[in-house]
Amino acid sequence: MPEMNGKHQLASTQLRLKVGLAEMLKGGVIMDVMNVEQARIAEEAGAVSVMALERVPAMIRAEGGVARMARPGLIKQIIQAVSIPVMAKARIGHFAEAQILQELGVDFIDESEVLTPADETHHIDKHAFTTPFVCGARNLGEALRRIAEGAAMIRTKGEAGTGDVVHAVQHMRQIVKEMKALTVLSEQELYAAAKEHQAPYELIRMVAHTGKLPVPNFSAGGIATPADAALMMQLGAEAIFVGSGIFMKERATPLDVENNPTERAEAVSRAKAIVTATTHFNDPKILAEVSEQVTGTMKGLAAAALEESQLLQTRGW
Amino acid sequence: MTESSGRGRIGVLAIQGDYAAHADALAEAGATPILVRKPEELRELDGLILPGGESTTILRFLEKHNFLEELRQFCSSRPVFGTCAGAILLSREVRNPQQPSLAVLDARIERNAYGRQIDSSIVNGETTLPGGALEMVFIRAPRFLSLGADVEVLARREQDPVLVRQGKVMAATFHPELSSDRRVHQAFVDLVARFRKD
Repeated sequence: MPEMNGKHQLASTQLRLKVGLAEMLKGGVIMDVMNVEQARIAEEAGAVSVMALERVPAMIRAEGGVARMARPGLIKQIIQAVSIPVMAKARIGHFAEAQILQELGVDFIDESEVLTPADETHHIDKHAFTTPFVCGARNLGEALRRIAEGAAMIRTKGEAGTGDVVHAVQHMRQIVKEMKALTVLSEQELYAAAKEHQAPYELIRMVAHTGKLPVPNFSAGGIATPADAALMMQLGAEAIFVGSGIFMKERATPLDVENNPTERAEAVSRAKAIVTATTHFNDPKILAEVSEQVTGTMKGLAAAALEESQLLQTRGW
Repeated sequence: MTESSGRGRIGVLAIQGDYAAHADALAEAGATPILVRKPEELRELDGLILPGGESTTILRFLEKHNFLEELRQFCSSRPVFGTCAGAILLSREVRNPQQPSLAVLDARIERNAYGRQIDSSIVNGETTLPGGALEMVFIRAPRFLSLGADVEVLARREQDPVLVRQGKVMAATFHPELSSDRRVHQAFVDLVARFRKD
């Protein structure tokens, strides 16, 4: 259980360092990359971090199969290629994948529902690691359970690999609304609130006092355009994850950034536009300019057309 | 004039990074923090903080929007304070990799000099600021490789200078905004106030 100081902040040295790195990423864009060239494009476009993975969610969705941690060789190449922090995903509950990622020197581990879960009951005990973790959440209770397990950053879950922002919006609104509701409760009411949210009382009390999560709250899943990024920032996200939105052309086909200069330019323009939109999320004039400059958008998949069993966001508990 | 405006209007560059933590720290030190995202927003300010974050991200942004030159002019006329990524942007020469900078602090600095996130640490170090040892939060921190003769060292981590001042430019390779000790921000607020009087 995280300890707190008198100001309702996390107190342990380990956790302060983990949350500290998350603080440095605020206001930025974290981009999914599948090879060194994409990682270089992301850094050049102004990404604050890259997420190294074998297949972006749109491809996992289209191709099926078991989605696992990326190959160590790929992760090492990407770490070598860029100076910004490198993240990588481990399967839910797969603490051995997380141990490997920590050993490789990854700066942040994403215990992610986008990969096939390895444990249907337990998430990773994230306090056991020096490397910070980010976890997804659809509501306040889920977010606080992850924080209790040691997550140093929450990303509100959208529906990854669709290019449809609707679920990212729904879950960000849900978490913000639940946090606001806690701030008006009396001290006695917080015990029942902890029971309702199925979250530790100490964390519920912390949120009730500050009105926000004790760790940074980023948004992920379905963000595909500069306007989507600005929308999520205005709704309360502190930074943006973009997965399939930058380097994908069709559902399962990435832009060929290595051999095709036109497609490379398209990826660069999308990446730069989303970075600018995330900084100037409150400035419609600049948002209009960058939206105009961007060439092409991932085709996308309406999330409402997906069967319940096809949803990635329902993984994790 | 109110007490807070008397202490100066201090901007925090809010392109990316932990600018909100700096704004809170400035308010606690008695200044009025103002978030800055456009060059024209620099005009009304008495001082500026360049926060921690990713120096490449901030640099790309500044280069794109003709912000770098405006910022360089600002730094030559009013006090600035950079932490971590901000210290990298202020230094004359940047290593690992080489990258452009504002070059207003006579220092050579190496990025990610202590290693990756797993090597980040919180240490107590010696400082010339009154009040004894200072808590320092280092996150993927840079290191000053060398300093010009005019640069005063205000705090060290063992042998390494980690908080320095040259005239009206202050820089820290750690994150005072992530500690509850406000002496470093207070020193900058005082510098801004002194400079306003001069």
